[in-house]
Amino acid sequence: MFEILGLLGQGFLVVFEPQNLLLIVGGCTLGLFIGAMPGLGSVNGVAILLPLTFLVPPTGAIIFLAAIYYGAMYGGAISSIMLGIPGASTAVATTFDGRPLAKQGMADKALIGAAVASFVGGSISVVLFTFFAPPLAHVALVFGAPEEFALMMLAFATFVGLGGDDIFKTLFSICIGLVLSAVGFDIISGEPRLVLWDITGFLHGVNFLVLAIGIYGIGEMLWTVEEHALGGGKSMLSEATVSVARTLAALRELVKTWKATVMGSFLGYFVGILPAAGATPGSLMAYGIAKQISKEPEKFGEGAIEGVCAPEAANNAASTGSMLPMLTLGIPGSPTTAILLGGMVIWGLEPGPRLFVDHSEFVWGLIASLYAANLFTLLINIAFIPVFIKVLKTPFTILAPVIFILCLIGGYAPTQDMHDVWLMIVFGIVGYLMRKLDYPLAPAVLAIVLGPLAEPAMRQSLIISEGSFMIFFERVYAGPIMIAALILLFLPLFKKVYDRIRKPQPQAE
Amino acid sequence: MTVRTAELLMAIMMGAFSIYLMVKSTELPIGWIDEEGPGGGTWPFWLATIMLISCGGILFNWFLKKGPIATSNKVYIEKHVLGDVAAVAGSLIVTVGLFSFIGIYGALPLFIIFYVRFLGKHSWVLTTILAFAIPVVIFYFFEITLKIILPKGITEPLFLPLYKIFL
Repeated sequence: MFEILGLLGQGFLVVFEPQNLLLIVGGCTLGLFIGAMPGLGSVNGVAILLPLTFLVPPTGAIIFLAAIYYGAMYGGAISSIMLGIPGASTAVATTFDGRPLAKQGMADKALIGAAVASFVGGSISVVLFTFFAPPLAHVALVFGAPEEFALMMLAFATFVGLGGDDIFKTLFSICIGLVLSAVGFDIISGEPRLVLWDITGFLHGVNFLVLAIGIYGIGEMLWTVEEHALGGGKSMLSEATVSVARTLAALRELVKTWKATVMGSFLGYFVGILPAAGATPGSLMAYGIAKQISKEPEKFGEGAIEGVCAPEAANNAASTGSMLPMLTLGIPGSPTTAILLGGMVIWGLEPGPRLFVDHSEFVWGLIASLYAANLFTLLINIAFIPVFIKVLKTPFTILAPVIFILCLIGGYAPTQDMHDVWLMIVFGIVGYLMRKLDYPLAPAVLAIVLGPLAEPAMRQSLIISEGSFMIFFERVYAGPIMIAALILLFLPLFKKVYDRIRKPQPQAE
Repeated sequence: MTVRTAELLMAIMMGAFSIYLMVKSTELPIGWIDEEGPGGGTWPFWLATIMLISCGGILFNWFLKKGPIATSNKVYIEKHVLGDVAAVAGSLIVTVGLFSFIGIYGALPLFIIFYVRFLGKHSWVLTTILAFAIPVVIFYFFEITLKIILPKGITEPLFLPLYKIFL
């Protein structure tokens, strides 16, 4: 306990270095801005801006990106409330009551409610994180290759079992991500492998950023072009009156929402830990439960402030929750953390439990920065609500070229090879076409990050066991994890069989 | 083209790509090698096999007309959307193509002019400011601060004096 507090204190020393403080404030502001833009969320922001972090040391880089992640979760609420368009999928639930509130002329109340609930959600989850992470990392220290592989299987299986998308398309997405990560050289024999169409550019492999920016940058923007149409996107902005007196009144009224907010925080945190679930389902679930436990459920959908607070608390808590498996086990809990994990590899850090031992300054700096980012985002958010509302008026046709240009340079920067820029465009266009057919793409991004870790883990395990797959089931930790993965993998099948058995009965009666 | 037809075409294309990946994987051994474990091709080979099976599953659902996508008779990409998306995607492809010839600082202003002026229908004043300011910011940030040299094509000699000052 005291040890943890001591380490956290050291983390704060890292955070209070002027450069890092600046990065947090900058990251939070950028994140708020990105989150507030319709269509762009934390994952897009982190993917597009990751190449910019090559400038600073790893600790500063991850602090910056985590601040963007955090800010974007706050920012998503702004366009949900003001435009009725979710700033990101994680803020969908916020539109249900946020939009009606704005239409009733209480946009400021909804915005402040969202900001405060996000702060509470963030704070509760960061405290949970601080005390959960070190013991989990400690347990994970004994993990060997079989356990690592089993954990990755579990991460993928959650997409199949809990993702809710077409199973075949999910499986396809996972496998294509893993295969793309195998392009380049075979790590054990050192021979060139899968040099597609013998194009030499594939010799250096497919950088995960090329896929991530392709899908979350180019593909997402094409999607937004479609949704808003180029000339359209006419402002449907609600009016918001902001004054100190109104803010204080709104804050006083928030006291009665504490139950919904706290519930949303805990729920969001635990749902956020699961790779396939995360902030979007977490916030939707929190909305549903808030409605159930409310004394006035009929007000939900008409402008209930709890309906804004619960999902906003949940999505911020989930973003912290998704960092738990990333830091302790090396398994990302969300697409955004998958990109952070990929970044860690670029910065020369090996993800996994040894981080807590070998790079304690990095880990605790990040954890402490979450506390700071949480506070800064709240302050920036409340202080600059009018500015963010103005930002929403920026026409899409001015922002879009800027984002596209950042994508192009972001794809070029890591390897400085035009081949990667072309590949990114291909991924963006094909990803857009696949997304229109409901192919889930997040599993592919997770897979391309985990692939280079999963393959050696599997091969080493099989070398230890001399080719027997039983090694994944016989070991103390690997066994239960693998069995849980298999159960999740076959969960949709069980459900189908169960429904088949159940369904004919009423007809027979 | 309807969504249903697009689903079929995509599954066939991805299935073909899976087969290509399987064949390509066999360039390295896909079996067990003594004292070395699984050969280098094993991992991608079996993954590509699962990809192929998944495509088979998608096609199976297509034939049985199961699921919202396989039964949708909506237009895959609406005409007015297709124009917008094609204009944006096309301009990106042309821009990247131009990187190697007239360099990033030649291609980006053209892209900005096309997007802001012709797609966005904003004023020439705003377009000119953006077309000039964005490349300058990019040069300062990427080339000077991050020391990442961006492609310049035939404009390379023009930058030599700038390199002398900043790098």
